Amino acid sequence: MAHAAHAHHDHAPGFVKRWLFSTNHKDIGTLYILFSVVAAIVGIALSVLMRIELQQPGMQIFADGQMWNTYVSAHGLIMVFFVIMPALIGGFGNWFVPIMIGAPDMAFPRLNNISFWLLVPAFLLLVASLFVGEGPGAGWTIYPPLSDSTYHPSPAMDMALFSLHLAGASSILGAANFITTILNMRAPGMTLHKMPLFVWAILVTAFLLLLAVPVLGGAITMLITDRNFGTAFFRPEGGGDPVLFQHLFWFFGHPEVYIMILPAFGIISHVISTFSRKPVFGYLGMAYAMVAIGVVGFVVWAHHMYTSGIDVDTRAYFMAATLVIAVPTGVKIFSWIATMWGGSIRFETPMLFAIGFIFLFTIGGVTGVVLANASITQILHNTYYVVAHFHYVLSLGAVFGIYAGIYYWIGKMSGRQYPEKLGKIHFWLTFIGVNLTFFPMHFLGNQGMPRRYPDYADAMWGWNLISSIGSYISVVSFLFFFYVMYVTFRRGEQAAPNYWGEGATTLEWQVSSPPPFHTFEELPRIR
Amino acid sequence: MLTMPSVIKGGALMAAGLAPLLLAGAAAADQMVGAPEPWGLGLQAAGGVLKERIHDLNQLVFWIIVGITVFVGALLAFVILRYNAARNPVPSTTSHNTTLEIVWTVIPVLILIVIAIPSFRLVYYQDRTREADLTVQVIGRQWYWTYAYPDHGGFSFDSRPVPDEELRPGQLRNLSVDEPLVVPVGANVRVLTSGVDVIHSFFVPSLGVQRYTIPGRTLETWFRADRPGVYYGQCNQICGVNHWFMPIEVRAVPREEFDRWVADARRRFAHTMPDPQGAPALAAPSAAPITLADAR
Repeated sequence: MAHAAHAHHDHAPGFVKRWLFSTNHKDIGTLYILFSVVAAIVGIALSVLMRIELQQPGMQIFADGQMWNTYVSAHGLIMVFFVIMPALIGGFGNWFVPIMIGAPDMAFPRLNNISFWLLVPAFLLLVASLFVGEGPGAGWTIYPPLSDSTYHPSPAMDMALFSLHLAGASSILGAANFITTILNMRAPGMTLHKMPLFVWAILVTAFLLLLAVPVLGGAITMLITDRNFGTAFFRPEGGGDPVLFQHLFWFFGHPEVYIMILPAFGIISHVISTFSRKPVFGYLGMAYAMVAIGVVGFVVWAHHMYTSGIDVDTRAYFMAATLVIAVPTGVKIFSWIATMWGGSIRFETPMLFAIGFIFLFTIGGVTGVVLANASITQILHNTYYVVAHFHYVLSLGAVFGIYAGIYYWIGKMSGRQYPEKLGKIHFWLTFIGVNLTFFPMHFLGNQGMPRRYPDYADAMWGWNLISSIGSYISVVSFLFFFYVMYVTFRRGEQAAPNYWGEGATTLEWQVSSPPPFHTFEELPRIR
Repeated sequence: MLTMPSVIKGGALMAAGLAPLLLAGAAAADQMVGAPEPWGLGLQAAGGVLKERIHDLNQLVFWIIVGITVFVGALLAFVILRYNAARNPVPSTTSHNTTLEIVWTVIPVLILIVIAIPSFRLVYYQDRTREADLTVQVIGRQWYWTYAYPDHGGFSFDSRPVPDEELRPGQLRNLSVDEPLVVPVGANVRVLTSGVDVIHSFFVPSLGVQRYTIPGRTLETWFRADRPGVYYGQCNQICGVNHWFMPIEVRAVPREEFDRWVADARRRFAHTMPDPQGAPALAAPSAAPITLADAR
């Protein structure tokens, strides 16, 4: 065996060694993507059950509000921690950061392995918590006192909190790995200012993770000791303060939303450039816009707390800081359009998702400008307007980024190209479905429908019905995606090393599809 | 779940939702109902000055964001039509234009300043009132509200939702309550919110007011109802199993009617009023949840 491994340098190890003990960044990336797909099945299933419930007034399929609350909470946590983050950072990040910077692998391959395997028990704990006691029904924001033991006495909440701890540890280890890899393992000649934008995106994301997630860890540790060991960090009757938790949570939570969207920004830049056959417009501006978003993203957290009784001057500050984020985001939108300007654009599926991303992210962005105004958010806080806003930037933003990445790179990752026609059908199904689902939510929010409601005032019926129909179309599109993948793996054409042609310039297009088990036997030189 | 009868029932419910609007219109021409409307698109109608000012600002921001979205959409449509591979087979190599990059940084900043100035003004205006005509204390509880009137003898009462089977004609499902919060029309109402169990949110969209009710804290805000009417709201912070079923109903009535209501309420809720000799304690006892926590 040792002899065989020696003789065939590129020979992959056996199944157990390759997939359970894997230290290869591409295999771990594949594991992350598969994991994310499994989690997405659960997360999307929960959301469809919720839309069935909301399709008409009255209680339909949910036993009571607590069951509803646990589904809402689990949907949010699963989508954030187990779908979007693993797909974008763990999946595409692991797959392409080392290749794009010309590194043989990640800096810490074994750390990479445990980063992934911490996620699996984390996910199992969270899903299991749905079946324990009253479930973790305090929203994904898990504000005490509702998440405290008085109001959630069963171990379900503890399980959810431990799940977050594990997922958080996974993220922190992964972040340290990415930072080390990107800062130390770039091929000769690849300066920071020559790094592809996806690598920039992952670098900024990793710093956000490294700084934000430990704060969540601290907050939920205090919550765990409040629940189990008699401390009173957040209990007013013991001198604690429930609002302290909100500050800690959102100090993590706001950077978290950029953690989810920045890698998608990176992917979109590559896709737009490839299919316009032009280099990215304003490369430095694009890179530093992401850095600016990351930095400013840390000083805007209390815009989630405008109605928590923070001082009016504080509200004014957070409003101003939040509005500022619109500027670097605008730079990115305009730079993408400028990249397309003068280009020779082809409209393959990844490009459709990228253009869809630009337009829908713009909508999600401008509703964010509305919500930045503490004065207006006085009546939009916690309404469906907020739900619409963050689904436009996440469900239509980050998820479109994921799909763009999958169609862009599936030939590279699997060696088989997806069927173009089916990909386009998938795009249009998704585009129609998600817009029909989430656009009416703006109206519901304007009309004052609070979030996390299983039943609502009868006047809200119409738009809820439309939204539910939209979600059914979205589910069909998700199932159709599996069919597209099935066809890809069964009958997909063999992919050439650079199947997108001259627009695709980054290093992953210099190696075969799929890349050899060890990508670079010799370090590439970048001129 | 999706059978025909239930859909028809839903339609009937929607019609019922319309009824009070019509009834109210018949009863008094200037009697307003602050509630969501079927297929409503924009913000609920304004019942007071805060909401009117929110409308003004929202209108400004709305047209700005529509303009931005249309602009981005038009740019995208243009590049798609003009620079597709068929019409433009040879791509340009332009990748920098410093002037352009400065322009698309500076113009958004100017737009944001246009939004920020009126927004700052409104945020400070909304914060609290310096000339309060009366104070009401709002306590969020699992899953009902307690309202107290410290300026009127300190009586307090609970406000609970009306279950579906007890709805009377004209009452709105999931919105109507047994004992509404009553305020005089045109009076600046100082609102002090506090909590006793978990966090709730006192939220009345048509009056432009919202604050959390947080255990261990008292938050201050205010509102003014400028038109007589009924203004509905709902708890807006997840608070447990009945989060969705603890609505808020605010009745704004003329001053004389308010005085009559206060006199009546002082009699009905006399048992909640603090002893005139003793300390001016506010509202109902709040020991129950603490006892629960200690008992564990």
